[in-house]
Amino acid sequence: MTIKLRYFAWVRERVGKPEEDIELPAGIATVAELMAWLASRGEEYAHAFANPKVIRAAVDKTHVKPQTAIGAASEIAFFPPMTGG
Amino acid sequence: MTVPSIVRLQREPFDAASEARALTRGRTDVGAVVTFTGICRGSEAGEPIAALTLEHYPGMAEAEIERHVAEAVERWPLLGVTVIHRHGRIQPGEDIMMVATASSHRQAAFAAAEFLMDYLKTRAPFWKQVEKADGKIWVDAKATDDAAAGRWASPGGKREAAE
Repeated sequence: MTIKLRYFAWVRERVGKPEEDIELPAGIATVAELMAWLASRGEEYAHAFANPKVIRAAVDKTHVKPQTAIGAASEIAFFPPMTGG
Repeated sequence: MTVPSIVRLQREPFDAASEARALTRGRTDVGAVVTFTGICRGSEAGEPIAALTLEHYPGMAEAEIERHVAEAVERWPLLGVTVIHRHGRIQPGEDIMMVATASSHRQAAFAAAEFLMDYLKTRAPFWKQVEKADGKIWVDAKATDDAAAGRWASPGGKREAAE
């Protein structure tokens, strides 16, 4: 299954790209598991996802918790806590 | 009854006064308009800044704001809502965003404006980066903003209450 990943703010800067398409590896069922897998993909990713507790996620443009199942998601975004307004 | 609401994300400056006036144009049932304008300060954490840059998640930012506008309309007897949020580079003294709410009486207008601001701060996908003399820094989220949003969670089990 191909999923579009999007990164914002310092997550984007650390990963070094705003978005990418990935093949979801077998056995990755939740957003938290996806973050752990991403952290193992190299130095930039390890740096970006070093502290997954501070990273927020959205599945198909809706806020989700880390334990949320990825299901049939087509887009998953990772970003720091929001600072608009 | 459909409540007229405007949600706009834009790079360009906006005119908060004329946006607020538009909420009452051609009608006489509005008795109160509350307008909040967020303005770019010239300093962040005690240090001067040259500008701030707002990054956002296109599509999700609009959807989140519209969802909260719909919730505000459900919770208070509003006659109109306008939310405008800029993105891109903004200099000190410039407006960043505005919320305006119209109602027959002030209580609903005040409460809805504050509710929208509290949720915008913590739920709308925007990130501020400031330009200081020694480089660019992402602004940290404030725990007080989470607490402010938390006080609106209703016992009815709104989605935010659990998050």
